[in-house]
Amino acid sequence: MFKKLIAWLKQMWLIMRSPSSASLGFILFLGFFGGIIFWGGFNTGMEATNTEAFCSGCHAPIVEEIQETIHYSNRSGVRAICSDCHVPHNWTDKMIRKVQASKELVAFAMGTIDTPEKFYERRRHLADREWARMKKNNSQECRNCHEFAFMDFSEQGPRSVSMHSTALASGDKTCIDCHKGIAHKLPDMQGVEGW
Amino acid sequence: MKKQIVAAVLFACTSAFLSTSALGTPESKPDAEINNGGVASLRGNVELNTQQQPEALKKVIADRGPIERQYVHQPPMIPHNIRHYEVDLNANKCLSCHSWKNARESGATKISPTHFETREGMTLSDVSPRRYFCLQCHVPQADAAPLVENEFKPVDALN
Repeated sequence: MFKKLIAWLKQMWLIMRSPSSASLGFILFLGFFGGIIFWGGFNTGMEATNTEAFCSGCHAPIVEEIQETIHYSNRSGVRAICSDCHVPHNWTDKMIRKVQASKELVAFAMGTIDTPEKFYERRRHLADREWARMKKNNSQECRNCHEFAFMDFSEQGPRSVSMHSTALASGDKTCIDCHKGIAHKLPDMQGVEGW
Repeated sequence: MKKQIVAAVLFACTSAFLSTSALGTPESKPDAEINNGGVASLRGNVELNTQQQPEALKKVIADRGPIERQYVHQPPMIPHNIRHYEVDLNANKCLSCHSWKNARESGATKISPTHFETREGMTLSDVSPRRYFCLQCHVPQADAAPLVENEFKPVDALN
């Protein structure tokens, strides 16, 4: 059995190493179009895991919660979907996050949050992790839309100005330090700073 | 031949459907028993069986300074927008500015010590459960005319 496998591997190695009689043009053509199909398929597949429908497959109660918030329903009709805030937009960071998210498949298989009761029990833990992630990357996903450099303080309320022009401007605080629960209901906030 | 039969059946079906749907809607009849007798209510002066065209939604005052109180012990009104403010078992968004712990930093009005008292007058170490749901007494305001005319005048001592 083992010997057979070795023999087969050796044969494959030989085939891969020996030059083919196909023309260079054909080989380039194959490589080029194969590349397009592979890369396109890969990205399409990954984008499919960024849709609301995909997220709500497991996180249905949360996906409902956003509907009453300003990130879903507002005057001008601009809205954010799950992945806008929860998946980094930069390609490398996105890859890293997607690989981390494969852990969630294990949770799915084990049914860690498959009932509302289990979900609410675990909610603070999940929220803490996401707050920590946002804090670490300086709330990058907020800033993809809400850019500090273009905030017009004259259009903001006095209290917003007093916070944004001091703690946020100096980098002491980042968006998520104050703006928690803007698109979801909050978990038990016992012991969270500022609550 | 077959086609003609199918066409005839289809025609019969659609005409039957159309005639029943035209006759099927019950017409509302004016009834002496549902006359409101000319009494205006919050619905306006309309018969009970007619639906009043609702008024356009009023916009809540977005952000301004404290609103003057009109009488002693009036719960102060909310001079800002409170969209998506969560007040439940897990979190109280109002207290994240108006609690004694946070009011200094936020510059908001502190809740009064009466909010720490039980019904029997005992003072607790945190907000009393019966005073936890802010919106029971404190409400945001819109620039709206009173529904019913009244001659209420605020007391002098407060203004």
